[in-house]
Amino acid sequence: MAMHEEEILGKAYDAQLMKRLIYYLKPYKWLVALAIALSILVSALEAVRPYFTKIAVDVNIAQKDKSGLLITALLFLATLLFRGVVQYFNAYLTQVIGQKTIFDLRMEMYSHLQRLSLPFYDKNPIGRLITRVTNDVEVLNEMFSSGIVMVFSDVFMIIGIVWFMFTMSWPLALLSLSMLPVLVYGTALFRKKAREAYREVRLYIARINTFMQEHITGMLVDQIFNREQKAYTQFTEHNAGHRDANIKSILYYALFYPGVDLIGAVSVGLIIWYAGGNALKGTVTIGTVMAFLQFNEMFWRPIRDLSEKYNIMQTAMASSERIFKLLDDTTLHQEPEHPMPLPGVKGKIEFRNVWFAYADEHWVLKDVSFVIEPGATVAFVGHTGAGKTTIISLLSRFYEIQRGAIFIDDININVLSSDDLRRHIAVVLQDVFLFSGDINSNISLGNTQISDEQIRNAAIMVGVDGFIQRLPHGYDEEVKERGSTLSVGQKQLLSFARALAYNPSILVLDEATSSIDTETEQLIQSAIDRLLANRTAIVIAHRLSTIQRATMIIVMHKGEIRERGTHQELLSLGGIYYKLYQLQYKEQEAA
Amino acid sequence: MKSLLRLIPYLRIYKTTLLWGLVTVIISNSFTVATPFFIGKAIDTLKTGLDAHSLHHSDLLLYAGLIVAFSLMAGIMTYLTRQTIIVVSRLIEYDLRNDFLAHLQKLPLTFFQNTPTGDLMAHATNDINSVRNALGPGIMYPSDTLMTFSMALTMMLLTDWSLALLALVPLPLVSVAVYKLGKLIHTKFNERQAQYSLLTTRAQENLSGIRVVKAYVREEYEIGEFRKLSWDYLEKNLVLAKAQSVMWPLMHVLIGLSIILAMYIGGRQVISGTISIGTLTAFFTYLGMLIWPMIAFGWVTNILQQGAASMARLGKILDAVPEIRDTDETDRSIVELRGAVEFNHVTFTYKDAQAPTLHDITLSIPAGTTLAIVGPTGAGKSTLVNLLPRLYDAADGEILVDGIDIKKIPIDTLRRHIGYVPQETFLFSETLSANISYGDDGADRELIHEAAEISQISKDIIDFPKQFDTMLGERGITLSGGQKQRTSIARAVLRKPRLLILDDALSAVDTYTEEAILKHLRRVMAERTSIIISHRISTVKDADMIIVMKQGRIVERGTHAELVALGGFYADLHAKQLLEQELDEIS
Repeated sequence: MAMHEEEILGKAYDAQLMKRLIYYLKPYKWLVALAIALSILVSALEAVRPYFTKIAVDVNIAQKDKSGLLITALLFLATLLFRGVVQYFNAYLTQVIGQKTIFDLRMEMYSHLQRLSLPFYDKNPIGRLITRVTNDVEVLNEMFSSGIVMVFSDVFMIIGIVWFMFTMSWPLALLSLSMLPVLVYGTALFRKKAREAYREVRLYIARINTFMQEHITGMLVDQIFNREQKAYTQFTEHNAGHRDANIKSILYYALFYPGVDLIGAVSVGLIIWYAGGNALKGTVTIGTVMAFLQFNEMFWRPIRDLSEKYNIMQTAMASSERIFKLLDDTTLHQEPEHPMPLPGVKGKIEFRNVWFAYADEHWVLKDVSFVIEPGATVAFVGHTGAGKTTIISLLSRFYEIQRGAIFIDDININVLSSDDLRRHIAVVLQDVFLFSGDINSNISLGNTQISDEQIRNAAIMVGVDGFIQRLPHGYDEEVKERGSTLSVGQKQLLSFARALAYNPSILVLDEATSSIDTETEQLIQSAIDRLLANRTAIVIAHRLSTIQRATMIIVMHKGEIRERGTHQELLSLGGIYYKLYQLQYKEQEAA
Repeated sequence: MKSLLRLIPYLRIYKTTLLWGLVTVIISNSFTVATPFFIGKAIDTLKTGLDAHSLHHSDLLLYAGLIVAFSLMAGIMTYLTRQTIIVVSRLIEYDLRNDFLAHLQKLPLTFFQNTPTGDLMAHATNDINSVRNALGPGIMYPSDTLMTFSMALTMMLLTDWSLALLALVPLPLVSVAVYKLGKLIHTKFNERQAQYSLLTTRAQENLSGIRVVKAYVREEYEIGEFRKLSWDYLEKNLVLAKAQSVMWPLMHVLIGLSIILAMYIGGRQVISGTISIGTLTAFFTYLGMLIWPMIAFGWVTNILQQGAASMARLGKILDAVPEIRDTDETDRSIVELRGAVEFNHVTFTYKDAQAPTLHDITLSIPAGTTLAIVGPTGAGKSTLVNLLPRLYDAADGEILVDGIDIKKIPIDTLRRHIGYVPQETFLFSETLSANISYGDDGADRELIHEAAEISQISKDIIDFPKQFDTMLGERGITLSGGQKQRTSIARAVLRKPRLLILDDALSAVDTYTEEAILKHLRRVMAERTSIIISHRISTVKDADMIIVMKQGRIVERGTHAELVALGGFYADLHAKQLLEQELDEIS
C-alpha cells in the first residue's frame, strides 16, 4: 500500500504522459467514441428538462390547455425514461473501458516486473513495487473510465444549459452566470484545501497503521519490557494528529456547502430582482423565470464534477509518472541476440578469474577461479560475507560479472539465454520460499511438464511423502501464505522435493543453519545425500557431514579463494579451515 | 443495532455539544424551509403584477433580499451543525481508537497468537471508521433530514394537501431503492475488495519470491496466474459497476416522476384556478427539498447498519477479558526481587490442546545461578520460560520468585526485573539506541554503549553511517539475523535484570561471537540469575545446572560433567558430535 509514500502532486496535465496514457485507450477507441456520444446525449436530455416546465407553464397553463399539459407531461416522462436508460448504459460502458484498460496496463507492468533482473529488486523495496501494480494502476481506473468520458459530458452539459439560457433570455442568462466566477473560484479553493487536509489525514492514517502493525506484532516485547504506557502515549500522538487533520477538513466542508447554497440563493435573488424590473416590458415570462430557477440548480453539478475531474487528473498524472518510470526501467539482462541452444548439460562448471561487485568497486569476489568436474560436489565454506552466496547467484546469471568469465560445459554463459541456463540449474535457498497454493503446486511450481507421479517420486526421494500422505488432503493440501502452517523442517524438505522434481544437471544448495531438532536434521541429511547423487552440486555447507562428503572444499575469505582441497587436506594445512573447524568442534575434543 | 448502545458512554462525554448541534439543525431547517415560501410569493407578485400591469418592484426586491438573508442564516447554522456534531464524531473516534489499543495492550499473548494481526488492523481502521460514520453523518443527516422532511411536508400539506399526497407517491420508493441498492453495492464492493486483496497477496508473494521464480524459470506461469486473478478482479468490478450504474439513473427517474406528477396535477389545478402559479412554484421547490432527505434516508440506514456491524466486531475484542492481570491478591508492597526461581509441580496445557505441554515440572534455580535448558523442538522449553514473565499462567502448580507466588507479585514489578530475549527477535522501526534502551527510557548513552558492548553488537554499529542513531526497518537499514539477535540481547541486558532469559537467542550468531557474548554475560550476570535455552553444547556447558526436556518433562538434570556421565540424551548429543569427529579422522 502507498501508506509510506507521500503523494506528490504536480501538474494536472502533462502532454507527454497524457499521450502515453491515451495510447492504452486505443484498443477500445470505438467504445470510447460510443461512450462520448452517449454522454452528450445524456447531457442534452438533462438540459432539456426545465424546458418542459416552461412549456407547461407558459403555453399549456397559460392557454388553459389541459390536454396539451398531458402531452407535455408524457413527453417529459418519455424523455426521463429514455435518459435513465442511456445514463445506465453509459455509466456501465465507461467502467468497462476503464477496467479493460487498467487490466492491460497492470498485466504489462506485472510481465515487465517478471523480466527485470535481480539488481533491480535489490534497489527497489517490494512494498513499493506492489503499490505500483495495485494502487497506482487503480488510480488510473477513474481517469480512464469516468475521467476522460465525463469531461466531455460535463462540458457539453454546460454548453447545453448555457445555450438554452441564452436562447430563452440573454439578460437573465448573463445575470445567472454572473455568480459563476465566484462559484468556480470558491470550488477551486475548497478542492485545494480539502485535498491538502485529506493528504494530511492520509499521512496520519499511515502512521497509525504502521504503529499499530508494529506494536501488535511486537506486543510481547511491549509487555515484557513494561512499555505499554509509553507506547500508548506515542499512539495517542499519532491519533490526535489524525483527529486534528480531520477536524481541519470539517471546517472546509462546513464553509463550502452552505457557501454554495448561498451563492445559489443570490442567483435566485438576482433573477427575481431582474424579473421584477423587466416583466412589465414583456421580455420575461413567468415560465422563463421558473425555468431559470431550475437551470440555476442544474448548473452546479457539472461545475463540481469538472473540479473533481481536475483532482482525478492530478492524481492520475502522479501515478502514471511512477508507473511509466517502472515500465521504462531496463535493468534487464543483456540477453545474447542469437543465444546458443543448450539441450543437455553434463555439468562441468568453471569460474575463470571472476571479479564481481554489486556496486562500484566494492569487490565481493576478487579473481575467483575454480573448475568443478561433472558429478562432483563442491562445498563452499567461510565466514558470513565471504562471498559464498554471490557465487551461487552468478552461476544462474542473476548478476553480470565485471571481469572474467563463467563456463558451463566449457560454454561461456554469456552466449546462453538466461532461461535456458536456469532450466539446468536447481537452486535451493536457505530461506525456503513457499507460495500459497497446494503441496503439488509448490513442488512443481505450476510446471505442467512435471507429472503428479514425478512430484510424488521427488517427495518419496526426499522422505517427505509420508508426511504429505498424512495431511487431510494429501498432495492437494492447501499451503497458506509462506507455508505458515508447516514447520521449518517440512518446508526445507518440500524445497528439496521441488529441486528434485526439476531433475537438474546442476544443483545449488544453500544449506539452512536454523536450529532444527535431531530427527529432522537426520531426515534432511539423508535427503541431501539423495539430492547430491548423480549430479554436479555446489553447496554452501554448514553441516560437517556435507563438508566431509564433498569432492572438494573451497574456503572463501573476504571474496577470495584462500584454500581448497578435501577435508583431510585442509585440516592438515592448519589454515583458515582448520580455525573454523576448531571453533565449531573444540568442545567435543575437550570433553 | 443494539451494539451501538455501547457508544452511549462516549456520547455522554460530549452531550452538551451534541445538544447544541441539534438546536442548530432545527434552526437551519426553519430558515431553509421558509425560502421556497418567498420564491412562491415572488412568483405570485410577478404574476399579479403582470396581470394588473402594475408591478411593485420594491416588493420583489424585498423577497429577493429575504431569500438571500434566510439562506445566509441557514448557512451559518449548517456550518455550526458540522462544527459540533461531525467534530464530536471525530473526537469519539479518537477516544475509541485509544481505548482499543489500551485494551489490546492488556490482552495476553494467547490472544495475539489466535488473532491475525491483519484482523486487528482492520478493526482499528475500517471498523472504527464505520462506527465514526454512524456517529457523525449517522446523527447529523437523520436529524437534519427529519427536520427538513417534516417541515417541507407540513408546508406542502398546508399549501395543498391532495396535490402533496399525489406528488409524493414515488418518493418513498427512492428511500427503498437507495437502501436496497446500497446494500447490494456494499456486498459487491466487499467481494471486489476480497479479490483485490487476493491480487495484492499474489503480487506480494511473487515479488518476495522472485529469486525462486527466476531460478526455476517460472515467469510465464506466474504471469498466467496473475492474469487469471486480474481478470476475476475485472469481472467483480464490472458486477459492482452494474449495481452502481443503476443507482443514479433510477434516482433521476423516480424523482422526475414526482416532478411530472406535480406538474401535471398542479398544472390542471392552476388551470381550474384552485391554486396560484406561485403556489405551484413553491411546491416544486419543496419537492426539490424532499429529494435529498429521501436519498439520505436509505443511505443513513446503510451507514447505521454498517456501523452497528462494525461495533459488534469491535465489541468482541473489547469484551475479551485480560486474563493475566493484577488482582486483589496482588501484594503491591513488592517492589524489589532477587531472582530465586522455583517451579512447584507446574503443569501447563495450551487452550484447545489435547495433551499438556508441560508435565509436573519441579525445579529450583537459586538466585545468581545459571540454568541451561536443552531438548528437541516442541519439548516445552519456550513454554517453560514464558511462564516466568506471566505470558501464560499455569493452571496447576505454582511458580515462586523469591519464595512468593508470581501471581501475587505485581505484573509490572515482575516484568521489570526480567530481561527477556525471545526466540523470534522483534525490533521496532526506531533508532538502534531507542531499541536497545526500550526497557528503560532513562538509560544514558553510557549504559546503551555498555549493553551493546556486552552483546557484541557495538562493533557492527560503529560501521553504520549514523551509528547508534541509525534507523531500523522500512525507513532505515535491515539488520542480519545475527545482528538482530545481538541487538535484542543488548535490549535485555540494559535493564540489568535480576533474571535474564535467553530463548535460543544465539542461534543466528556465529561461534566466535557467541563465545565473546557468553564471556561478557558471565561477568555481568555473576550476581544474577540466568536461564539459557540452546541447541549448542558450547552455549550450555558452563551452566550451574543443565536440564534436558523432552515432551514436557524434565528427563535429566545436572552439570555438564554429571550429564555426560549419566549417559542419557545429553550424553548422546555430546557423543554424536564426538562420533562425527572420529569418523572424520578415519576417512
